[in-house]
Amino acid sequence: MKILLDLPYISCALLIGFGVYAAIFKSNLIKIVIGLSLVERGVNLFLVSLGYREGARAPIFTYAPTENMVLPTPQALTLTSIVIGLATTALMLAFCIQVYRKHGTLESDRIARKLKEKSE
Amino acid sequence: MSIVEHSPALLVGIPLLAAFATPLISKASGKLRDIFVFLCLAFIFALAVVLISDVIQNGTRVYVMGGKLPSLTLPSGKTFPIRIILEPDAMSALMVLLTALIGLIGFLYSLQFIRAEGAPDKFYTLFMLLIAGMLGLEMTGDLFNFFVFFEITSIAACGLVGFRISEATSSVAAFRTMTIYTLSGLILLLGVGLLYGEYDALNIAYIASKLSFSGVDKLALALFIGALLMKIGSVPAHMWVPDAYGESPAPATIALVINTQAGLYGLLRVCFTLFGVSRAAHIGWLLAIIGTISILVGVLASIYQNDLKRLIAYTAVSQTGYMLMALGAGMAAKGELGFGRTALEGGVFHIFNDVISMGLVFLCAGMIYRATGIRDLNKLGGLAGKMRWIAVLFLIGGLAVAGLPPFNGFASKLMIYESVYKLNPIFSALALLCSIILLGVYVRLFYSIFLGSKLVEPQRIPKGMILASSLLALLIIGIGLLPGMVVKSLVSPAVGALMDKAGYIGKVIAGGM
Repeated sequence: MKILLDLPYISCALLIGFGVYAAIFKSNLIKIVIGLSLVERGVNLFLVSLGYREGARAPIFTYAPTENMVLPTPQALTLTSIVIGLATTALMLAFCIQVYRKHGTLESDRIARKLKEKSE
Repeated sequence: MSIVEHSPALLVGIPLLAAFATPLISKASGKLRDIFVFLCLAFIFALAVVLISDVIQNGTRVYVMGGKLPSLTLPSGKTFPIRIILEPDAMSALMVLLTALIGLIGFLYSLQFIRAEGAPDKFYTLFMLLIAGMLGLEMTGDLFNFFVFFEITSIAACGLVGFRISEATSSVAAFRTMTIYTLSGLILLLGVGLLYGEYDALNIAYIASKLSFSGVDKLALALFIGALLMKIGSVPAHMWVPDAYGESPAPATIALVINTQAGLYGLLRVCFTLFGVSRAAHIGWLLAIIGTISILVGVLASIYQNDLKRLIAYTAVSQTGYMLMALGAGMAAKGELGFGRTALEGGVFHIFNDVISMGLVFLCAGMIYRATGIRDLNKLGGLAGKMRWIAVLFLIGGLAVAGLPPFNGFASKLMIYESVYKLNPIFSALALLCSIILLGVYVRLFYSIFLGSKLVEPQRIPKGMILASSLLALLIIGIGLLPGMVVKSLVSPAVGALMDKAGYIGKVIAGGM
């Protein structure tokens, strides 16, 4: 359980918490996208902080001695995750543009009302 | 260097390459592109058949990506695997076969369907990408890789949901679906991170062999289950299903249905292999309860719908509920007793049946929409005169979903009722009741579309679309007549593989548990 009580992990939890709150309770589509990006940043920060090992070296091959070097898996994971996050954010923003073009607003309640009026 | 040996890698690689080659080939000629996509999908289907026959005969396969030898899981004296390993067992192979089949049928259908929608090259790109993601998801033995394929399917699926860009509702639906998918993907990644922090590994088999069920492990399990329940659209997060299924073009919808089942496969992999069925009894209860609520909500919401595709989408929610209920019951019984095994087999068999019958219903809905341009049930009516064959196909699909005897849905639902009854009669009674309501819903749907006074003049439907739907109808009747054979040759080995945690681990780490 020690893993859950370190400072970086607490900031990850805060970031993720704020992000989930925004994604669920905000009605503006852009704010939802921001919320989801916050969650993604939180998770990425968590992955990076997992890579830290006390007394070991960062896995950068320069002049540093190579013994006692940590496995660079978390860094690789984070890079992949950032790329995926870019793709999802870009796609969601593209949908936002389409929604704005069709409905002239990004407030989800107003969009829902407009769609209801149209179907009736 | 045989094709059997490399089939897992080819199954992911070919659709992925084809997805990005399609727009390039499309620049040269549209016909060439159609032939190319067809050849790729046919080859994938052949590979899937090869893989499943090999896996059922010789047991679980491992394929190390980028290794010297595909079977060398622990290179140079390491005690844990560091490369990405694909590990298809009989359950994965069953899902792969199903995905490849739906890919082929979806293509046959979309050949004439999508030309009228415009931008077929973009459609095929997204379609192949979705297929690639699903095939990878179903075969991978690596948690992070699982997340990557999970996101590939999410992105491609949402692209397909928003494909009809000229319609007012499609982008809204795609945005809503994407929100749920992204959130579930990130929750999944958080769980992966927690497990990595504990065990410094990402390989499912290795983590499963070391798992100590500490607080962090349980948190990770909860995150996985929550994320995958969101992905399959069970009750607390089912609102994306009518949006996504309702707005996507019909051939994309059947790919989305199988994508949902791929999520369910992930749930099974986490519960059975990663955490072990012997520990999962109370999770089984939870899943069974969520499944029952999904059935109720899906069926009851479908009664009030007036939009053709949204109505069918709500019945799809209830079908997912049946699978969850059966698989949960099997887990609650730890899969060992007589009825626990039957429940698992019923659930897995229902995955198989649901994709086919739900697929047929969605394809028929797509043809009705193509012929009339209307989705409002109040404005449809009397189409049976002009669309006799489609009426028959729709009836077959609808009755199979409702679970009537000569069709495939009956065979799996009977197994589910029988076995769940022994866990708790209330679940079984509710499921049976909902099946009856479901029958009513489909009879009403059939009546309001095909019978009564004629309100619209339908256009002609291209032959290719009817052919693809007829193939699914043939499968429904074939499985409905010979359910025992399918269960014995495909479903039972799949359930056996799911239960065999030690065998799955042993393939990667010599010595097993």
